[in-house]
Amino acid sequence: MEVRETEFAVAPPVPTPLGRAIVVTSGKGGVGKTTTTANLGAALAARGSRVALVDADVGLRNLDLVLGLEARVKHHLLDVLEEKIALDDALVRDKRSETLFLLAAAQTREKEDVDPEKMRTLVEQLRERFDYVLIDCPAGIEQGFRNAVIGAQEAIIVCTPEVSAVRDADRVVGLLPNTFRPQLIVNRLRPQLVKKGKMLSVEDVNAILRLPLLGVIADEPDIIIATNKGEPPALDPASLVGGSYRTIAAKIAGEDVAVPEPREKPSFFGSLGILFGGRA
Amino acid sequence: MSGRRIVVTSGKGGVGKTTTTANLGAALALRGHRVVLVDADIGLRNLDLVLGVEKRIVFDLVEVVEGRCQLRQALIRDKRLERLSVLPAAQTREKEAVSEEQFAAIVAELAESHDYVLVDCPAGIEHGFRNAVAGALEAIVVTTPEVSAIRDADRVIGKLNERALPVRLIVNRVRPEMVRSGDMMSVEDVVEVLQAELLGIVPDDEEVIDTTNRGEPIVLDPARRLSAIYYKIARRLEGEIVPFTSFEPRFLDKLLTLWKAG
Amino acid sequence: MLDFFKSLFRPQPSSATAKERLRLVLLSDHLSLAPDVIESLKADLLEVIRRYVVIDEQHADVSFEHREHEIAMLASIPIVSVNGDRPAPPPPTPIRAPLPVTTASTVTEAPTVTAPAVAVPVEPEPVQAGAPVAPVRTRRRRRRKRTADGQPSLAQVQLQA
Repeated sequence: MEVRETEFAVAPPVPTPLGRAIVVTSGKGGVGKTTTTANLGAALAARGSRVALVDADVGLRNLDLVLGLEARVKHHLLDVLEEKIALDDALVRDKRSETLFLLAAAQTREKEDVDPEKMRTLVEQLRERFDYVLIDCPAGIEQGFRNAVIGAQEAIIVCTPEVSAVRDADRVVGLLPNTFRPQLIVNRLRPQLVKKGKMLSVEDVNAILRLPLLGVIADEPDIIIATNKGEPPALDPASLVGGSYRTIAAKIAGEDVAVPEPREKPSFFGSLGILFGGRA
Repeated sequence: MSGRRIVVTSGKGGVGKTTTTANLGAALALRGHRVVLVDADIGLRNLDLVLGVEKRIVFDLVEVVEGRCQLRQALIRDKRLERLSVLPAAQTREKEAVSEEQFAAIVAELAESHDYVLVDCPAGIEHGFRNAVAGALEAIVVTTPEVSAIRDADRVIGKLNERALPVRLIVNRVRPEMVRSGDMMSVEDVVEVLQAELLGIVPDDEEVIDTTNRGEPIVLDPARRLSAIYYKIARRLEGEIVPFTSFEPRFLDKLLTLWKAG
Repeated sequence: MLDFFKSLFRPQPSSATAKERLRLVLLSDHLSLAPDVIESLKADLLEVIRRYVVIDEQHADVSFEHREHEIAMLASIPIVSVNGDRPAPPPPTPIRAPLPVTTASTVTEAPTVTAPAVAVPVEPEPVQAGAPVAPVRTRRRRRRKRTADGQPSLAQVQLQA
């Protein structure tokens, strides 16, 4: 019998504190939730944490694609929720990291098929075995959003410096439970445009959202190439964007690091290298 | 003679549906057609913002459906383009507030007094998508040359095929220099994978961000590079055969690319 | 093979990787969205196979596996016997030693793994006292294990399930 490629070497539950369940959301689509979930997950796993990534975008799954694991996904979220497949059998271990696991969404089902209470239970089960459970939320504020939020305790809001994205993020913040302490990641910043006044600055964005800032990520062609290949930049030591994600991961883990914020390059200060946000 | 009813959709969020709807609508209006744009993204409306009419909203689509106002009262006429109107979505309601039949009825009614009804579809393939598609007789699918966007576009095209809606494709945010260096899929790649009829190629342009911030569709400024592109798309939509602007590598580059690809 | 050597000297551009990954992923997505097509494919496949062998249709399975560089169809079809197998031996002469009693007369199930649903032409065999009725021709005879209390062993029961 052919040996299965996936390895589900998940340690048996030990009496450690429950892992943190964080939903990555935005309201607006296409701002980088999936990319952020994948990269933060990879960065946290690279630090040695046990991380489970859950793709809650039933019907339009993409987390598997961004991680390059699309060929390894055999079972999905609904298989587990409907108890057709055990959780261990559905979790796909990452190619590169031993402590990073993915629970893919179903491609041919709908968000309305998810039972929110079962989702909550599932997230709890994952918290028992993992240090971090990152839930990739779909665009919107309907059932898909509700499915992703239920079971989580914290939230990361991903927002690009554009009026529509800020407006949608604001709406989403209003819909999250108060206990979630949402934090902000500003994605796809183009410092040159900000300087020319053609793009909102991080301050502009946060003047409206008023959230603790977790990090700022520059708009780099890196990401497109990385997604083409299915290799998250967080695992590439040479990547600027990857560096930002790694710093954000450290911050999430409780390290006292400066918020990475890319500045316009080159500049007098830029040449010193310190402001190239989060270069490891 | 009833107007054309076209849904602009994508599956993936953030690929440029709203920008496309706004600019294509404006281009059609500039060419003399009576155009109405319908925002189907109830709860997360953005068409009004992109067009700069957000401060002029009095009534919205949900209120029309619930009979609290007349349809014509909810339409916002664009101040710059008299033939362009917008029917905004509700911001504080949910997509389930409107049924497919209700949505289809509104679109049908609008088609009686307009040449083009363009429906801006929300991301996803759930209720909001079903509503937006309900009234349409044609579809424009917007995608970018990235794997996630194309995968979602494929799913959406499948759903549109199920409803026998003719589909045309716009490939947005193409970066010719990245295509040339092999770091981005070409438009040909995208068309080949999706097997859809190409309607337009829109290059990535940082001006879009700026114009959206200011609520001024790019098409209003003929000096902007993208104006001409949207005009061409409008003409193709009207049925004219317009050659695609060559963003593809020049012949020699193409040879090199082919050689590199093996 | 040439592709392999090519890849040594020219790293594949990421756009080509992306296109190939997409091709497979869309194929996989399309297959999962067309269960009726897969059912028809399975039915046709089994029909062809039945021309050559007798199969256990209940446990026949056709699925698709998404591998790193291809999508493969996997078929798992238990085979019961080959069609047009050697004809049964001629009826034995009237005097014939009784078969060793390794089976109980109360057990009447077929010795094969599962009860096949297909009709198989069976040569009627003379029933002998103490010998089990064997309605299906098989090449092997299964020896039934019995536990101490005379019940068929669990392994045997499972085989017949």
